[in-house]
Amino acid sequence: MPIPASVLTLAAGILLALVSLWVGQNINLMPVAAADDAATVDALFKVLLSIGVGLLLGITAMLVVALVHFRRRPGDHLDGPAVEGNLPLEIFWTAVPAIVILMLGVYSYDIYARMGGMADFNHHTSMPPPEVEQASLGNPADPETVIWGGIDRAEGMAFPVEVTAMQFAFIFHYPQQNFTTGELHLPLGQPVELQLKSNDVIHAFWVPEFRLKQDVIPGQPTVLSFTANRQGDYDIICAELCGPYHGGMRSKVVVEDSRSFEEWLIRNTPATVATAPDSSQTA
Amino acid sequence: MDVQHHTPWHEYFGFSLDHKVIGIQYLVTGFFFYLVGGTLAGMIRVELVTPLSDFMARDTYNQVLTLHGTIMIFLWIVPVVNGAFGNYLVPFYVGARDMAFPRLNAVAFWMLPPAGFLLLSSYFIGGAAQSGWTAYPPLSITTPAVGQMIWIMSVLLLGGSSIFGAVNFIATILKLRRPGLGLFQLPMFCWAMLGTSVLVVLATPVLAGALILLSMDIVAGTGFFNPALGGNAVVYQHLFWFYSHPAVYIMVLPAFGLVSEILPIHARKPLFGYRSMIYSILGIVFLGLIVWAHHMFTSGTPPWMRLFFTIATAIIAVPTGIKFFNWLATLWQGKLALNSALLFCCGFIFNFVFGGITGVALAQVPFDVHVHDTYFVVAHFHYIVFGGTVFVIFAAIYHWFPKMSGRLLNEHLGRLHCLLSFLGFNICFFPQHWLGLNGMPRRVAEYDPQFQLINQISSVGALLLAISTLPFLINVVWSAWKGAPAGDNPWRACTTEWLTSSPPPVENWLREAPLVTEPYDYGSVEDAMPVTTVRGRELWSAGR
Repeated sequence: MPIPASVLTLAAGILLALVSLWVGQNINLMPVAAADDAATVDALFKVLLSIGVGLLLGITAMLVVALVHFRRRPGDHLDGPAVEGNLPLEIFWTAVPAIVILMLGVYSYDIYARMGGMADFNHHTSMPPPEVEQASLGNPADPETVIWGGIDRAEGMAFPVEVTAMQFAFIFHYPQQNFTTGELHLPLGQPVELQLKSNDVIHAFWVPEFRLKQDVIPGQPTVLSFTANRQGDYDIICAELCGPYHGGMRSKVVVEDSRSFEEWLIRNTPATVATAPDSSQTA
Repeated sequence: MDVQHHTPWHEYFGFSLDHKVIGIQYLVTGFFFYLVGGTLAGMIRVELVTPLSDFMARDTYNQVLTLHGTIMIFLWIVPVVNGAFGNYLVPFYVGARDMAFPRLNAVAFWMLPPAGFLLLSSYFIGGAAQSGWTAYPPLSITTPAVGQMIWIMSVLLLGGSSIFGAVNFIATILKLRRPGLGLFQLPMFCWAMLGTSVLVVLATPVLAGALILLSMDIVAGTGFFNPALGGNAVVYQHLFWFYSHPAVYIMVLPAFGLVSEILPIHARKPLFGYRSMIYSILGIVFLGLIVWAHHMFTSGTPPWMRLFFTIATAIIAVPTGIKFFNWLATLWQGKLALNSALLFCCGFIFNFVFGGITGVALAQVPFDVHVHDTYFVVAHFHYIVFGGTVFVIFAAIYHWFPKMSGRLLNEHLGRLHCLLSFLGFNICFFPQHWLGLNGMPRRVAEYDPQFQLINQISSVGALLLAISTLPFLINVVWSAWKGAPAGDNPWRACTTEWLTSSPPPVENWLREAPLVTEPYDYGSVEDAMPVTTVRGRELWSAGR
């Protein structure tokens, strides 16, 4: 007795689901994760990969079966059945993708909100000192002080670093210590906030291991806040075409534990500011 | 049909008003620029064989990638899927003897070669534009002005040509239909062209506006997009993508239409879900206009915008998915002729589904933030426009070459072309997803040495793609000259372009235009049709 088609379809569906789940969970296509939210992005990617593999394998299998099983035999000049549609089937394959897509949208919105992507940037522009307000009366919303976008956890206690992009380098300024370097050092496990500005054209600040990217736009400051959680050196890559040396516009971010980070800060802090901790040490 | 009205050869080089001649003019011109753009792509893949920038100068590399993108979009895909097949087929399908405005049609075509050669000339006079096909300011304002201005002029001309064509298609489809032929009796390609033309008319003027403002920033020192003068660089991105995202559908919807014509004929079954195909096209047209900012998730757009555009973008997958399920259902239980046209369509289905899946992934902001502007995106859109539309263009050439030339193409060479294209394409672009995920940005002449092996594999795929055009070129030249005569209707098709001689006479049909109200009248249930419908197969057998 031949196996009924419905049983075969069910078995194929189960097999397909298992294979795509296995691929999603076990095939790692991403580089190491080095920031707190990188793992959530990777989890989203695994879901997308599972769904994608399932869909692609399913459609490819149908295509191959059709090409093999329904190929025209030599001498056969008849037509196929005159099937013009099937309303329940069409409703099914409209509704199921729509539901999956909406659920994915909610899921990724949730991740993005937790990362800080839906933050309100107003707290950055609030309360300039009164005299400054007076001085800039003619230009109340100075675009140079408004934060135009980015990812911001709005925790308020993040360690600030000012990033300036120019053709073809990133420059990092530590405002609390008042020094500038060409290599970004970040403390392990401590929230940081990069304030990004460009001097010339649009660049993009990208660290693949952090899964974070933000355009650096002249005239429109942006922010990127996150917590690095894995020690090591990672590449900072410019991801927006910025001129002939765009491919060479790279820098390095060093994530180190708080002791090495403090030492590095002190080593680099200009002497005038550095005297205070030094004198306390000798006293 | 003894009166063979041959089109004299020199008409193909002149200001012909015949929609069929203009269609072939678009096709040949577009293919010439495809070879130019492909050569540029080859140069990019040669440069990327090594991690260092050692094959060409860095600014030359940026010129090459700018020209590659611009040529492939504006001089190959848009003119060929719209101009070539739209012009050739739409008057047939509506039962007209020509387009609504034949002179405007010829003008639209003849804007194309000057625009193309103008663009290419910029390379020889001071260097071509080097800010990518997106031409984002302030980079496009600060790079050499001559090349950028020529690029703007060229794209404005091509956009104008595109608008002229679209107006003509809308008028032809709505106003030139043969009496008795209703909108919901049209072949699907007409609906695709109607939707596409609406997109062209609504979106292209916005690009033109953006480019005119950009040119004023460059030559007149205005500051619309120049932050140094108080301008806003991101506004340009909104205007640019308001056209350039619909442009994806302008490149893809006509291809969807062509697939809907080709598959039923070679599967010997009606098109599955005719009405839902139409509603999907309309849905894609509407949604396609409101998703542009998904290209700008890292551009500092406000949060509400990212939420809105994520959902709108992902939802487009639903009407698109319907079309693919309908095509699979059309194939299912058919009598598939495994010829080049059908195989290229199947290649298209695989590639486009792949590109659609990565597209839904890219719509998810947290993931997009990681892979935006990387090789993942490069791979994604090549799966859509190359693996999708270009595969359909080849399927359409195999399908309609017999009608255009009166001769059949060689099937062995055709299937070899299909196999090499499919392998070459996937070897070239599949590995690029990994490159993007792991840290290789797009538009770079140099890269981290850890990516060398994968880049070399990708370049081998590109070489295979280049080789794949050889059997095609040999096939076309040989078959046009010595190919087997096709006869009027080699595929036993029901649509009106097959109900006349091959090649057709200037008037399309020597007698009255045939009325076909069931364009997909295939299938073995002979009595399923109401008696009032007019069947192409009867007209065809009556005409013989």
